[in-house]
Amino acid sequence: MANNKPLKKVDLIFSEAFLNRDELKEVLSRSADEVIQELLDSGLRGRGGAGFPTGLKWKFTRDQKDPEKYVVCNADEGEPGTFKDREILDRVGRKVFNGMALCAGTIGAKEGYMYLRGEYRFLLPKLYQILDEFHEDMKALGIDFHIDIKLGSGAYVCGEESALFESMEGDRGEPRNKPPYPTEYGFRGKPTVINNVETFVSALIISRIGAAEYQKLGTVDSRGSKLFSVSGDTPIPGIYELELGMTVEQFVNEFGDGDTKAVQVGGAAGFCVPRKKFNDTIIGFEGVPTGGSMMLFNSSRSMYNVLHNYLDFFKEESCGQCTPCRVGCQQLFLGIEAVKRGEKPASYLDTLLKLSQTMKITAKCGLGQSVGNSFHSIVNNFREEMIY
Amino acid sequence: MSEIETLVKELADKHGRKRESLIPILQGVVEKERYLSDEAMTEIARELDIAAAQVYGTATFYSFLDTVPRGKYVIRVCKTISCSMKNGNEVIKAISDILKIQVGETTPDKKFTLLEANCLGWCHKGPAMLINDTPYTELTPQKVREIIAEYNRK
Repeated sequence: MANNKPLKKVDLIFSEAFLNRDELKEVLSRSADEVIQELLDSGLRGRGGAGFPTGLKWKFTRDQKDPEKYVVCNADEGEPGTFKDREILDRVGRKVFNGMALCAGTIGAKEGYMYLRGEYRFLLPKLYQILDEFHEDMKALGIDFHIDIKLGSGAYVCGEESALFESMEGDRGEPRNKPPYPTEYGFRGKPTVINNVETFVSALIISRIGAAEYQKLGTVDSRGSKLFSVSGDTPIPGIYELELGMTVEQFVNEFGDGDTKAVQVGGAAGFCVPRKKFNDTIIGFEGVPTGGSMMLFNSSRSMYNVLHNYLDFFKEESCGQCTPCRVGCQQLFLGIEAVKRGEKPASYLDTLLKLSQTMKITAKCGLGQSVGNSFHSIVNNFREEMIY
Repeated sequence: MSEIETLVKELADKHGRKRESLIPILQGVVEKERYLSDEAMTEIARELDIAAAQVYGTATFYSFLDTVPRGKYVIRVCKTISCSMKNGNEVIKAISDILKIQVGETTPDKKFTLLEANCLGWCHKGPAMLINDTPYTELTPQKVREIIAEYNRK
């Protein structure tokens, strides 16, 4: 593997292109079939982390007979280590709204909503101003589509799509049972496309440059480029748009401080990759997937502290609705503390690993199901640090 | 009409009286009063014609919808990993020393409340905090002192 190859930096998301009315008009004049086919051909998968094929999501929603449909933009970016959506909204918010308009035209929706996390409330005046211009353009183009913004109030779990709908409807942000999926039963129980902020921008870009051009970037399983939020022990923290398909080794060569011992890919809900696996781990859906969160740790860091911090996060953010997650997060947190203090033998870690596996199978939503990702990958790779 | 009744009515006129209006109304009360009193929640329930328990249930789910009195300026310091690696603890300690309150407490003059928060989305510029809605990043004990002094002058 050519690990010393420098990373390919891309400038699609933040470029100033695709912002004016004429371009919007051209994109919106495509037929729904054309847009969906282009998205399917491009291989675009959701940029929030879960990676569902965007074209399919739009197609399933379009196929629903119900005349009342919604487009929802998930701007509840809360995964530790992720901050790219804030930057997109701050710098090219208009592209997000344009992407939502493209989706609305494709699936047949007249109303769209953006669910913005409460922590980003300071962006509201700017976004409302952009929305005013957007609505003027919609009117000028004779398109009946309106977007409103709903504000979150500090709950990580609301980034889970069905919890987000519950919150938009005025309830506790507790995830629903799935199926039915949002394409069938979403906001107000109606067929809904819900995509991450970046996904709407990528869909717009694909419509503009074409699937063939977009496909030139990335790998078979992970097409295109995406934004990475880089933080932790790095001399150059920030947001970078990179071609998908790099190894962790390539990433560390670019962003590490020369002493990187582990990289957490995908945030607290993601996977920890230790140094010995940098070389053969691909960042993408064929390896370790990520919504963009990349946290680097050098050898001065205790991985026990890292895991402790993640579990503290999860036990606070668990909605408490299902037992595996509510009790599981608590017990994992208390369990590693007990092992560290010597109150439990090292073998207790194996009991905890089993618990995290049970949570993966039995928790109701993605939050509880993914706690085991970081738990497994940190405990298995840094077991001594958990004990001594 | 009491002050809170007037506020709830105004907010309901603006956001509607549907179940979907509940969170925007709760947010509106918090923005004005800094917290949701029992009186405010009962009043919202009456205005929307739903059970007070539903209002309370929704309010207590969200960390930004406080149900205990808070200061005029609520400081939320990020405690998640990237900020904590950049000495977020020192920032919390500095604020605690300046205001002479612990995390979770409010100053006697009801001006500041100090809280910890989960990831605020500023991991590349940690440590970070919010004062009400305004983010502050790349904090140091010195910088925090200046920011609080500025709020003290307000």
